[in-house]
Amino acid sequence: MKRTGTMLAGALIAMSAAAQAETVVDPQEVVFGEYGEVTEPLTSTPGDPARGEEIMVTKSAGNCISCHMVSALDYAPFHGEVGPPLDGVADRWGEAELRGILVDAKKTYQGTIMPSYYKTTGYVRPGVAFTSKPAEEPLPPLLSAQDIEDVVAFLSTLHWED
Amino acid sequence: MTFRTMTAAAALAMLVPAFATADPDAKLVVNGEIEMVTETEAPEHLEGLRTIRSGWTFRTEETQALQMDDFDNPAMIFVDQARDVWNTVEGDAGESCASCHGEPESLRGLRAELPKWNEEKGEVYTAEMYINDCRTERMGAEPWGWDSQPMKNMTALISSVSRGMTVDVAIDGPVREAWERGKEIYYTRYGQLELACANCHEDNYDNYIRADHLSQGHINGFPTYRLKQANLVSKHNRFRGCIRDTRGVPYAIGSEDFVALELYVASRGNGLSVEGPAVRN
Ligand code: HEC
Ligand code: HEC
Repeated sequence: MKRTGTMLAGALIAMSAAAQAETVVDPQEVVFGEYGEVTEPLTSTPGDPARGEEIMVTKSAGNCISCHMVSALDYAPFHGEVGPPLDGVADRWGEAELRGILVDAKKTYQGTIMPSYYKTTGYVRPGVAFTSKPAEEPLPPLLSAQDIEDVVAFLSTLHWED
Repeated sequence: MTFRTMTAAAALAMLVPAFATADPDAKLVVNGEIEMVTETEAPEHLEGLRTIRSGWTFRTEETQALQMDDFDNPAMIFVDQARDVWNTVEGDAGESCASCHGEPESLRGLRAELPKWNEEKGEVYTAEMYINDCRTERMGAEPWGWDSQPMKNMTALISSVSRGMTVDVAIDGPVREAWERGKEIYYTRYGQLELACANCHEDNYDNYIRADHLSQGHINGFPTYRLKQANLVSKHNRFRGCIRDTRGVPYAIGSEDFVALELYVASRGNGLSVEGPAVRN
C-alpha cells in the first residue's frame, strides 16, 4: 500500500515536471532588452550547469570551445581564439545578458561572427546541418531552449574567485 | 585582473604547442632555386588587409618542408602523371596536348593570370575551361569532370611550370562584372552559422578555430595536395567545403558563381607567387 502511494507521488512529480517543461518560449517570441539581453528564461526548468558544460565541449552541439578558450574545460582538446576567453564571464555579465548572447549574439554585438543559437529564420542559402542540402525555414535552432538555459547555468559558474 | 588575464593567456599558450606554427620569418625556396614571395603588401583594391600572406606561412614546419623540394612534395606524382597524359594522343583528331603546345613549359605564365577573359567565348575562363575546350574542340576527346583526377593533375602540371611567377589577375575591363559578383559572395554570410569567407580569412586569419590555424584563404597554392586526403584538391572543392562548414548550401563546382569567386579570391592574392601544387595538412 505504502509502495503504491510512493509510486503515485513519484508519477505526480514526473507529471508536474513534464507540465512545467512544456512552457517554452518560441524562437520567434523571445523578447530582447535594449542591449540584447533576454530576461525571461526560455523554459520553466532551471538550467543544469553539468549539462551545459557538456554542450559547450561537444562538437555536434554548442561547440563553443572552437572559438572560446575556457580554463575550466581544458580537459577538452583544441580551444579556439576567435572569440574572447570566457574565464570570469559571470563577473562581466548577468544571466539575462548571457542568455541574450546565446539566443542571438548579434543583438548584443552588432555584426559579430558568433552564431545565433536560438534563431530559426533569416538565413542565406541555409543547409540541413553539414549535408549541403537545402533546408526550409524555420530551421530547428542550433540549440534547444533547455540547452540554452543549461549553458547559461554553466557560464554563470565562471567567476574569477573560486 | 591583469594577473588573471595572464593566466588565461598562459593556459592558451599551453594549448598551442600541439600544433605550433613555423617561424614567421621562414623563407620558401623550392628546389633551392625558386624563390617565393610569401608575404607582401595587399593589392590596392583590397581594403580589409594591409599585408597578404601565403597559406604556406600558416602551416607547421613539417608541412612547410614538404613543399620545399619536389622529391618530398607528394603532389609531384600527379604532376608526372599529367606529363604522360600531356604526350598521349586521345580523341578523334589524333592529337595530344603536345601536338599543339610542345612542352608544358610553353604555358609558363598562364597560371599567374587565371582566371581571365576569353575574348572568343565572351566569358571568364579558368584553367579547367581552357583544358576542356582543347579536349572537345581540338582533340575530339571527352571533356574531363571539373573535379576529376586527370583534370586536377593537369591543372597541377600547368601551375607547376609557373611557380615563382607573380600572381597578376586582371580585375578591370570585361571581367569587372564577374569580379564584383565574386566579391559579393566573399562578403555574404552563408548558412545557419552566418559566416562569410571574410569572417574567417580576413577578420580572423592567424587565429585558431578549434584545431585549425586560419589562413587568409588565398588560392596561389592550388591545386593543393592535402595530406589528410592524400590527393590534390581543386579550388572549387575547397570553396564548397568552406561554405558547407557554415551549414550552408554551396554553389556547384564549375558554376558561374564559383568562377566569379575564384576570380575575386585570385585577385586578393595579386603580388604573391604561384606556388601550386602546394602542400597542406
Ligand atoms: C564562430 C565563433 C564563435 C562561436 C562558435 C561561439 N562564440 Fe561566443 N563569441 C564570439 C565572439 C567573436 C565574441 C565577442 C563578441 C564580438 O566582439 O564580436 C563572443 C562573445 C561571447 C560571450 C561574451 C564574452 C565576454 O567576455 O563578454 C559569451 C558569454 C559567449 N560568446 C559564449 C559563447 C557560447 C556559450 C558559445 C557556444 C554555445 C559560443 N559563445 C560560441 C565568437 C563565437
Ligand atoms: C568557418 C570558417 C571558414 C569560412 C567561413 C570559410 N573558410 Fe576557407 N578555410 C577555413 C579553414 C579552417 C581552412 C583550413 C586552414 C586554412 O588554410 O585557412 C580554410 C581554407 C581555405 C582555403 C585554402 C587556403 C590554402 O592556402 O590552402 C581557401 C582557398 C579558402 N579557405 C577559401 C574560402 C572561401 C572563398 C570562403 C567563402 C566562400 C571560405 N574559405 C570560408 C575556414 C573557413
